[in-house]
Amino acid sequence: MSVLTAYRRKSAGSLAWHIGSLAVLAVVLYPVLWVIGGSLKPSSEIVGSLDLFPASPITKNYTRLTEGIADIPISTFFVNSLFLAVGSVIGVLISCSLAAYAFAKIRFAGRNALFAVMIGTLLLPYHVLLIPQYVLFQKLDLINTYTPLLLGKYLATDAFFVFLMMQFMRNLPRELDEAARLDGCGHLRIYWSIVLPLCRPALITSAIFTFINSWNDFLGPLIYLNEPDKYTVALGLKMFVDQDAVADYGGMIAMSLVALLPVLAFFMAFQRYLVDGMATSGLKG
Amino acid sequence: MTHIQDAAPERLVKSSGAQDGPGPLAVPAALKRRGRRENLAGLLFLSPWVVGLLLLTAGPMLASLYLAFTDYNLFDTPKWIGLQNFTDMFGDPRWQKSVRVTLQYVVIGTPLKLLLALGVALLLNQNRRGQAFYRAAFYAPSLIGASVSIAIVWRSLFSDDAVVDRAQQLFGMEAGGWISNPDMKIYSLVLLTVWQFGAPMVIFLAGLKQVPNELYEAAEVDGAGTWRRFWNITLPMISPVLFFNLLLETIHSFQVFGSAYILGGQGSSCGPADSVLVYTCYLYDQGFANGRMGFASAMAWLLLITVGLVTAVLFWSQKRWVHYEEGAR
Repeated sequence: MSVLTAYRRKSAGSLAWHIGSLAVLAVVLYPVLWVIGGSLKPSSEIVGSLDLFPASPITKNYTRLTEGIADIPISTFFVNSLFLAVGSVIGVLISCSLAAYAFAKIRFAGRNALFAVMIGTLLLPYHVLLIPQYVLFQKLDLINTYTPLLLGKYLATDAFFVFLMMQFMRNLPRELDEAARLDGCGHLRIYWSIVLPLCRPALITSAIFTFINSWNDFLGPLIYLNEPDKYTVALGLKMFVDQDAVADYGGMIAMSLVALLPVLAFFMAFQRYLVDGMATSGLKG
Repeated sequence: MTHIQDAAPERLVKSSGAQDGPGPLAVPAALKRRGRRENLAGLLFLSPWVVGLLLLTAGPMLASLYLAFTDYNLFDTPKWIGLQNFTDMFGDPRWQKSVRVTLQYVVIGTPLKLLLALGVALLLNQNRRGQAFYRAAFYAPSLIGASVSIAIVWRSLFSDDAVVDRAQQLFGMEAGGWISNPDMKIYSLVLLTVWQFGAPMVIFLAGLKQVPNELYEAAEVDGAGTWRRFWNITLPMISPVLFFNLLLETIHSFQVFGSAYILGGQGSSCGPADSVLVYTCYLYDQGFANGRMGFASAMAWLLLITVGLVTAVLFWSQKRWVHYEEGAR
């Protein structure tokens, strides 16, 4: 009898907990549902209507997108963004893991001083570098190319990922690489054959975050790219807003959603890595 | 990461190489050779990072420090003008406005965001099925929140006669969208950052999970209520995580750009009446739209100094309120 009441009380608490959580969730995810519903409404109904989803959904907003933006097909923007994102991922994985290995596994002179510098760059506002980097790339005649957007990724300037990978490498059992070293393996062998394969979770987390950051980046492409056929999805969307926003609200909302899809897809596929990666970033080791 | 200052790779006391030295006398030579090899390997592995540091971080920082004292438009040679950029700045009403807007954004947005993050983390921190689902769902806005798409959605939601306006009318509040209202627009930007509370929430949740259950049980035996338990156990135990979130979110808030730029509307005007003209928007406007690279560099250095000071104050204050466990690394 008392077991039953305890059980009832427990499930009532569970129900209240779910109701509370769902209520917060509904508010938080409202904008996402709104953009999905809005993309299926006629332009005139998007802002004013309180219904989340239209009674009779239309696809006109999406067919409009096949006409492209300013005579440039949407696919161009996607290819450009994809190129930058994949290029960034490759660069970050190589350069950051090399630096992380050096900090975690090699005892070289000046390591602690350089490590302090690396932590310092972690907190450095990017905007201090904005103007001089622009001047540099302008002198090198690299404006309106992808080099300024990619070079830093190949030079391990994303200190956060160096830090993330380093923490992971430090927690690997030291016996492994000591055994390898006794067998006569050099650092390159240990890095490539032992440490990297064991670091897969950290590498995957870094790769996904890099992809999403590159996809969402707005300031970098805004400054460095000035021909519309080199634009990324974010810049294409901004161009759409400037040109057609009033005339074609529906198209703008549909394009906003389409621009989000790769990030949302990555999130669905890898949410474990993302959430856990985020969680461990705040904790020691 | 909570102990940023303690996180240096632990000094490795014993080199494994010491084991293969044949005798006490030979050790120094072998160690020396080994040390040289290690230095070379370190340099090799670190070379991309070092090049990046010199070419893309340290070099540009020095260059922008110099440019901050010049009149420079990217094409003519920089002309040394001493402190004039700074005196111009302090007398510039648009610059003053941008400082006010940014402070509003940081001072209101960051605490609200952290409060919500902590609140939801406390709500989720129960051993129930579905927790992982909620955690992931609440985290999603942090990934998409800074995108152009969401800024566009935000502008629509807060425009005249849109959802927020209608909801206000429902509660009998003054009607009108926030986007067209110079006094309210900044709050739509604040709410956009608050909406991205998922990232600090996930970190709070991880911190809450590390609080030993025995502490709560002991407190319950002593008759401590929910509030006392939160105040005397939970809060001190997660204070390192709170410090980390506060530091990171504050630094981030100072640097908001894309959302404000899109929410602001046409170009970098961030209107109406510069209502969401955050600091970086004005920096962009002056440097890239008006070609005042020297002035923009001076602005950037002032931002760096401000962020540095805020970081220093936070680190200094942590001695008073951040509780680190004995023996923690």
